[in-house]
Amino acid sequence: MARIEYAPAPESRSVVHLRPSYGLFIDGEFVEPTLGEHYTSVNPADETALAEVSEGSAADVDLAVRAARRAFTRWSRMPGAERAKYLYRIARILQERAREFAVLETLDNGKPIKESRDTDIPLAAAWFFHYAGWADKLEYAGLGPDPRPLGVAGQVIPWNFPMLMLAWKVAPALAGGNTVVLKPAQTTPLTALLFAEVCQQADLPAGVVNIVTGHNDTGAAVVAHKGVDKIAFTGSTAVGRRIAEAVAGTHKRVTLELGGKGANIVFADAAIDQAVEGVVHGIYFNQGHVCCAGSRLLVQESIAEEFVARLKRRMGTLRVGDPLDKNTDVGAINSSMQLARISELADSGVAEGATMWQADCALPSRGFWFAPTLFTDVAQSHRIAREEIFGPVLSTLTFRTPSEAIEKANNTQYGLAAGIWTEKGSLILKMANELRAGVVWANTYNKFDPASPFGGYKESGYGREGGRQGLAAYLEGDRA
Amino acid sequence: MSRIDVRKTHKLFVNGAFPRSESGRSYEVTDTKGRFLANAAQASRKDARDAVVAARAAFRGWSHANAFLRGQIIYRIAEVMEGRHPQLVADVMAAEGLTEARARRTVDAAIDRIVWYAGWADKLPTALGNANAVSGPFFNFSIPEPTGVVAVLAPESSSLLGLVSVVLPVITGGNTCVVVTSHTRPLPAVTWAECLATSDVPGGVVNVLTGDRAEIAPWLASHRDVDGIDCAGADASLASALEVAAAANLKRVLRPDADEDWAAHPGLRRLSRFIETKTVWHPIGV
Repeated sequence: MARIEYAPAPESRSVVHLRPSYGLFIDGEFVEPTLGEHYTSVNPADETALAEVSEGSAADVDLAVRAARRAFTRWSRMPGAERAKYLYRIARILQERAREFAVLETLDNGKPIKESRDTDIPLAAAWFFHYAGWADKLEYAGLGPDPRPLGVAGQVIPWNFPMLMLAWKVAPALAGGNTVVLKPAQTTPLTALLFAEVCQQADLPAGVVNIVTGHNDTGAAVVAHKGVDKIAFTGSTAVGRRIAEAVAGTHKRVTLELGGKGANIVFADAAIDQAVEGVVHGIYFNQGHVCCAGSRLLVQESIAEEFVARLKRRMGTLRVGDPLDKNTDVGAINSSMQLARISELADSGVAEGATMWQADCALPSRGFWFAPTLFTDVAQSHRIAREEIFGPVLSTLTFRTPSEAIEKANNTQYGLAAGIWTEKGSLILKMANELRAGVVWANTYNKFDPASPFGGYKESGYGREGGRQGLAAYLEGDRA
Repeated sequence: MSRIDVRKTHKLFVNGAFPRSESGRSYEVTDTKGRFLANAAQASRKDARDAVVAARAAFRGWSHANAFLRGQIIYRIAEVMEGRHPQLVADVMAAEGLTEARARRTVDAAIDRIVWYAGWADKLPTALGNANAVSGPFFNFSIPEPTGVVAVLAPESSSLLGLVSVVLPVITGGNTCVVVTSHTRPLPAVTWAECLATSDVPGGVVNVLTGDRAEIAPWLASHRDVDGIDCAGADASLASALEVAAAANLKRVLRPDADEDWAAHPGLRRLSRFIETKTVWHPIGV
């Protein structure tokens, strides 16, 4: 049967009005960085410049922390019901401007518009709406009768879900009465800067949210600042380790959401077509730039051959290309740096003896791209089975018994997420019970919700985001 | 002629047995007035590593034991302590220089604290877990699970109540542990280990090391098969160094609080530090 081609269906960029240059958002205003340095944020899909962004220095971070400290007195003493209304306002404005945020996110990050439009931005708004409702109910969070905010939260977020990670960090912090200094990822600062405008539209008191853009040094300055009471970080385990060292001996509380090497476990009795969809979504969603990605496929030996064949057939239908096209399934790799890392790890897989297969798809000539990739004949000792690739690369291993699946799934320093595919309920619960991972998706994968705690075991970090556990990360009380 | 009493050899407690230190070392323990009490085993790096192996081996069984059973075993510790009440009082009097009345109150508080924790074992998912109202057709719940193997540095001055107050929150949550006792007041911990040994607590769930905290703790803090560390007994500079070492495998760290009042109600702060939240999703459909 002939393949049906889709006509291009690009989402319009006209809804986004970028300024040529952005300052830092400190104390309710956009201000120029003290050293006057800027850098360019580019569209990873075509390498064109989007806007100039400020390089925040330690001096800028200091100004932001001071502003947050000044704002803390008023914000923390404001009745929770009033704080709640500000957060509800923010949630509503995000919903009103959802398309603008989605298009900008896709431009700056490279992710498909259908994901930014249907996942990132609606979830970000939902996160604010959910935590808005907590702001006046803190005494019901199970932390004792009088939970108190921690103070100024320094938050450093990654480039894979820029706006959603902002929401995960900012919403619970503000609900609890904390103020924040946020450092967006260097390659994806633009939606955070648009969020600064949302704070202005919501009349959020000056200094409650401060946004300092820049590179690694800017983030390190946030972590190191003595006036910061709480560090929340999402990113690599290597950087998480440095943060854990940096806060040693201080009073700072820390939550870390780090890397993962999630096992997606398919049993012979699974609903195979659903499992294929789930495995594809588990690893190729967001180009595999997902800390909880199901990057290790563990498939039961008796169905392995057929499953891999079906998986390849499905991978062949993934549409890779223009992120703004509404039919695109897999967008651009976020940066040349990340592309180099993915390529290096994929090369190591071949060098170590695994078999690589890539979907046959034309990749655009400009921008950063990597075709959906599947490895078979993978050993547990291979780097592609052990290290987080953070790209659209799936490593396949097989198992015979549930206990072998458990042992292989848990054979990693990480412990963020895992998937189980079987039609047998008792097996699901047995596996869920034995997997050392903070999130277990059974017959589904990569689902997120503000009411549902998310976070890792082992070297995937500590603390939870979402639900009352996520709120507890920003409060001092009997349990925190 | 008065009878010559039979004195006890004070040893370590590892994997349910009472070995001497593999190093063959011991150190002199005195009362608060400097009078000789006993020679205690001085644990080494290898003793600490053996204890971690034992704690890791015990983890699966203890963490997967049903919560009611875990609660009963912990309650049993209190029962056995009650039977050894006079011995514990004598140990605490000698170690801490307390009057008999104060020592008795301390032992009472330690036993009562264990009873309090025993009751928590089967209520943690109720108190710390939740069903989550997600906006989609999914059954979604979160439950508390233990972190794993936890190193515990018991407080220096409160030799029994402090010890119980740092070990119980760890094991009640389903973790196993390696505890380094008070350096200068280790003898009540040795008696307590005997209580554990006769309480149906599986071997390896609690391993008790006497010795020099500053010598042993860094090996535990940097150990890749230890998942958490309670620095209660460390001073600020040791705790800071341990926290740096603990970052290597992102151990959960509980920092010391110099003003900690071990007689105060503990709350769930310590217990929660060594608890992970697991969230499970399943679609709702036909």
